[in-house]
Amino acid sequence: MNSPYLPQEARIIERIEESPGLFTLRLHFTEPKRQEAYHFEPGQFNMLYLYGVGEIPISIVSDPKDEHIIDHTIRAVGRVSQAMSRLKTGQSIGLRGPFGRGWPLQTAEGRDVVVVTGGLGCAPVVSVINYIQHRRERFGKLNIVQGVKHSSDFIWKERYDHWRQMPDTTVLLAADRGDPIWPWHVGRVTDLFDQLDFDPANVSVMLCGPEGMMHVVARQMLERNVNENEIWLSMERNMQCAVGHCGHCQYGAHFICKNGPVFSYAELQPLFGQPGF
Amino acid sequence: MSATSHSPVFLHHNDLQQLLQILQHDGYTCIGPQVRDGVIHYDHIDTVEQLPRGYGQHQQPGHYQLEPAGHDRYFAWANGPQALKPWLFSPREALWQCQAGEDKLAFEQVAAEDDPLAVFGVRACDIAALYLHDKHFLQQTHRDPGYRSRRQNLLLVAVNCSHPAETCFCASTGDGPEVHYGHDLVLSELSEGFIVQAHTEKGLSILARLPAETASQSRIAAAQASSRAAAEQQGRRLPSQDLQAALFANLDHPRWEDIARRCLSCGNCTSVCPTCFCHREFDEPSLDGQTSTHYRQWDSCFNQGHSYIHGITLRAETRLRYRQWLTHKLGSWHQQYGRSGCVGCGRCISWCPVGIDLTAEASLICTGSEA
Repeated sequence: MNSPYLPQEARIIERIEESPGLFTLRLHFTEPKRQEAYHFEPGQFNMLYLYGVGEIPISIVSDPKDEHIIDHTIRAVGRVSQAMSRLKTGQSIGLRGPFGRGWPLQTAEGRDVVVVTGGLGCAPVVSVINYIQHRRERFGKLNIVQGVKHSSDFIWKERYDHWRQMPDTTVLLAADRGDPIWPWHVGRVTDLFDQLDFDPANVSVMLCGPEGMMHVVARQMLERNVNENEIWLSMERNMQCAVGHCGHCQYGAHFICKNGPVFSYAELQPLFGQPGF
Repeated sequence: MSATSHSPVFLHHNDLQQLLQILQHDGYTCIGPQVRDGVIHYDHIDTVEQLPRGYGQHQQPGHYQLEPAGHDRYFAWANGPQALKPWLFSPREALWQCQAGEDKLAFEQVAAEDDPLAVFGVRACDIAALYLHDKHFLQQTHRDPGYRSRRQNLLLVAVNCSHPAETCFCASTGDGPEVHYGHDLVLSELSEGFIVQAHTEKGLSILARLPAETASQSRIAAAQASSRAAAEQQGRRLPSQDLQAALFANLDHPRWEDIARRCLSCGNCTSVCPTCFCHREFDEPSLDGQTSTHYRQWDSCFNQGHSYIHGITLRAETRLRYRQWLTHKLGSWHQQYGRSGCVGCGRCISWCPVGIDLTAEASLICTGSEA
């Protein structure tokens, strides 16, 4: 019986330093058949293994259509991610996945889309935006709102510049603390909501980032009469097995790793915002 | 498995060794209860001489004391801290190994031991817990290979509980004291021997080789009376209804804080609980640096690291940890696996160093009064 716990070898094709403490690993399975068979949905994640240190769950940033490269953008914050940040191009790591339920892109077709992210929260939705970009005619108006704590945390400026050029697309950026050359809003993402262009009766809202931020944004969307089944959030919890066995990611009755990580606001009730879960 | 219809047989105490020998002959590694470190513990047995014959025990919140019972029954005691769980869901288990070469990694699954295992003396509460672990580890999208190989080769010789502890409440959860499913054979102990019934074909084939006689009506009636008495004897109870709504409606109940003032957050309750399944994973590199073994080990929602996420501990306070445990055990399990995660074994009460009583706490939080 195949073990759902067993990683497979993947090679680091390229390592990109995005900003201090933030790096991207571009991976490719060593076994060609494994790479060929690998498909993921935007919003899903992989478990990355660093030899002798351990595994961590990391969302997939690359384009689901790219059959050769699997990208992960990682912030060096914990025991494993800090050690992982020292890896170089050409080295190997362990990879298993993809896991979980991603964004509801099929049901979002024909609707306006609002993507609100905070901090590195944009990583799990980059693949959503890429997905929509390649199927632009199937979706309504696209609003992309990204907030960072400090303007220096902002990465992937070219991507945002590129997305701004797409038809029917609004891109809004905010930093809690700006600097003299930060050209966009200084303040919270919610300050920008008057500039959003969407039909509340026909929109899918996708949120990713710190829970406090998602909570505030979700409340504001509800006040604008967006249905609670159409507000989607990517959740994070301690994950060790990624297949609903180890118990760490339980959120009420949900296993975030297998029932999520993407949930509708309605599904997360009544616990969302309640400390300790 | 077809419910096997046969007349219950009677096996003399003196012939119990024959049952063990048949299992050994059939290739089973036999596990049974025995006295160790002052408790009844399950481990390998070669002879029935090792069983805790003549023992009883006294259990209360925060208290377990083994004592001579003044009779020579084999199974006249309630469960000790562990029984079946560690034999299926191993406390520590290697999952896979990784060999490191020059910029290369090779992964290999560690094969799980799959010796046929026969466990003697398993109680109804632990079989109910086993069925819950089956749901968790085997009946979801992803199956656990180690659990599966051990489970496939498991034979259970169950025992109907005749001497529940003061902390037992399986009658109220509907899980005991009588064994109704999951076993191959079940024994009901009387003063001079056992009523034996088979539940599976495997059980029947073993039973056919026993030096047993058809059980008399009076003995069958005595065994049934013993089970009834064992149920009636239980003083504790847990409301059997789905407590999910009641618990989640009371997340801010002051009682959580009151419990937290007593709770040591030691995790004993989760270790002895036959349904707790949380485990953490970690790597252990070899000293020469060439190999790293990936293990899993029982974890507890009372541990600091259980709710750790990128620099934050979500449940830093004991109040939140106990609340997580109880709302899951008695609440969320219903949504996850269609029933409560509590089988009424009472271990968490006996083995809590400060004697926190789950039945009393759940009752207070859900209904406002102690059960």
